[in-house]
Amino acid sequence: MAIHPAGQRRLGVLGLLSPAYLWLTVAIFLPLSAMLYFSVLSDVPFGDTDWHYSLENYRAFWENPVYATLLWKSVKLGLMVTLVSVLVGFPCAYVLAKVIRGRARETLFLLVILPFWSNSLVRIFSWAIVLRGNGVLERSLNAILPFEVDVNLMFSTAAVVIGLVHSYLPYVILTSYLGLQAIDDSLIDAARSMGAGKLTILARVILPLALPGVLAGAVLIFVPVVGSFMEPRILGGRVGTYYGTVIEDQFVAVFNWPLGAALSFVLLAVVLGILALASPILRKAQT
Amino acid sequence: MAHVDVTNLTKTFGTFTALDDVTMDFPDGGFFALLGPSGSGKTTLLRTIAGFLFPDRGAVCIGGQPVSAVPVEKRDVGMMFQNYALFPNMTVADNIGFGLRVRRVGAAEERRRVGAALELVQLGDLGNRRPHQLSGGQRQRVALARAIVTNPRVLLLDEPLSALDKALRIDMQIELKRIQREIGITTIFVTHDQEEAMTLSDRIGILRAGRVVQSGPPRDVYNAPQDLFTAGFLGDANLLEGHADGTHLVLTDGTRIELPVRPGVFEAFAVRPESLTLSADRPRGAGINAIPAVLRQRIFAGAMATCIAERAGQSFKVVARDRDMPDLPENGEVWLSWDRDSTLTIPHAS
Repeated sequence: MAIHPAGQRRLGVLGLLSPAYLWLTVAIFLPLSAMLYFSVLSDVPFGDTDWHYSLENYRAFWENPVYATLLWKSVKLGLMVTLVSVLVGFPCAYVLAKVIRGRARETLFLLVILPFWSNSLVRIFSWAIVLRGNGVLERSLNAILPFEVDVNLMFSTAAVVIGLVHSYLPYVILTSYLGLQAIDDSLIDAARSMGAGKLTILARVILPLALPGVLAGAVLIFVPVVGSFMEPRILGGRVGTYYGTVIEDQFVAVFNWPLGAALSFVLLAVVLGILALASPILRKAQT
Repeated sequence: MAHVDVTNLTKTFGTFTALDDVTMDFPDGGFFALLGPSGSGKTTLLRTIAGFLFPDRGAVCIGGQPVSAVPVEKRDVGMMFQNYALFPNMTVADNIGFGLRVRRVGAAEERRRVGAALELVQLGDLGNRRPHQLSGGQRQRVALARAIVTNPRVLLLDEPLSALDKALRIDMQIELKRIQREIGITTIFVTHDQEEAMTLSDRIGILRAGRVVQSGPPRDVYNAPQDLFTAGFLGDANLLEGHADGTHLVLTDGTRIELPVRPGVFEAFAVRPESLTLSADRPRGAGINAIPAVLRQRIFAGAMATCIAERAGQSFKVVARDRDMPDLPENGEVWLSWDRDSTLTIPHAS
């Protein structure tokens, strides 16, 4: 029996799509379902514990204001890190896309994606060495500056932000770069020929056209930063208690998986809610 | 409006000399075409006049004022780009009004002038569209409106019609010419399409390897090319190989043909394809040159027909209206003839 060309095409499409969807099902959907299941249990269903279904864990979020406060703290951290990353990353992406050409660009690109190639724990502990009192940063500054300075950023919000920006900056640089790269140079020439100065061109031509890329990078950063726990724990020390570290504690230290799972789902809901609220702006930027 | 003068312009990129001591005068209100093959420096010249590039040596004057050191945004020029360069994030009206807003003319004045510009390019009611909703020809018109709405001193066009298909291109040529006449703006136009250059402009300049080889009204340049490059680049030319002997040219095989009586010393001689006549028998008469050849090919192109004839290893192109072209068998003996006075006499063999 001959297969109809259209049917053959559909088979081809399915063949190309199925590995990815199969993987996503195994890697995301199954664990997520397991977590959802845990989140409505009263205790971990291992060994001879006595457990039953309950919404107790979700109620805990509402009844104990600590969780909401920490979640808000994490959202603020996410906004902060995203903002700093965009402010630092966009100019860098602009230079890479529009100013530098040839070999120099390749080299600089390599430097941008270098953090991706190093182990994140090593990266974070390196920052600890740099930021602690009498650390690399303080010694270097004292070697250069004529007066003594006292720099101990370790175990502060600043340290957490620095560590997170370092980890996630490449995302915003890469997405902004793609957005900026797509802007035809003749648009900038045209704006100049109409008498526009650099700031006008930036505000009215480059930024609006690069916005989708910048926002994509911002979303890529914001979501994982809100749930981050490693950087806050190692670089934040006592002030590094965030929503993400609390969830980690439930799994690793307290062994209260059901509460950890429930808190994770609250986080997921809040992040999705924020993205949904922002989506009209995101969609507007696409056109 | 203003006339533009460039004097002794030289511009190099690394070891490549894009402009080599170019001196040119673009008259006020004229339509000037810069014509040349790619790499001839025509776009470099345009971008130097615009102010995107600064010359290594020489000066650019607009309306008598030296502007060599003035960057493009302060030079008050209108420019139209090959790919239109419309801002995709703005409506047609905002695109056209961009330069006005930069100049802070005020909302009411901006609306009035954008409206007038849209009328001029016959896009009256498309102000609220986005560029991606327009056809190629409409985008072209928006780009033109945007370039002239600020009443710049000079209008610069960088191959603006090359992205259009042929029928649309001819419409736009007529339209461009009409608008240019209506507002009387000094226009400099870069193209590699010689037909377009001759149709649109009242003066053309031929560039080659960064130098101006010839400039003047299209008809003069076409009828009296100063070197072989121009003769072959602007239109077609069949080169007559041989050496001059007084009033005659002795071809390589010894055939003597008559030359026009003109003052000057000439180094090369050629005949335009449309000056040649193809016939089965040898035409006779005073001042008629005729040489035998073999007809190789006949190419039909609607109204016109082209024949390729071969003689002593050299091919000759003959162009005539299809109905005037005699129907002769391919690979048969034919005669090529032309009026003595239509021979192109070229002073410099380049």
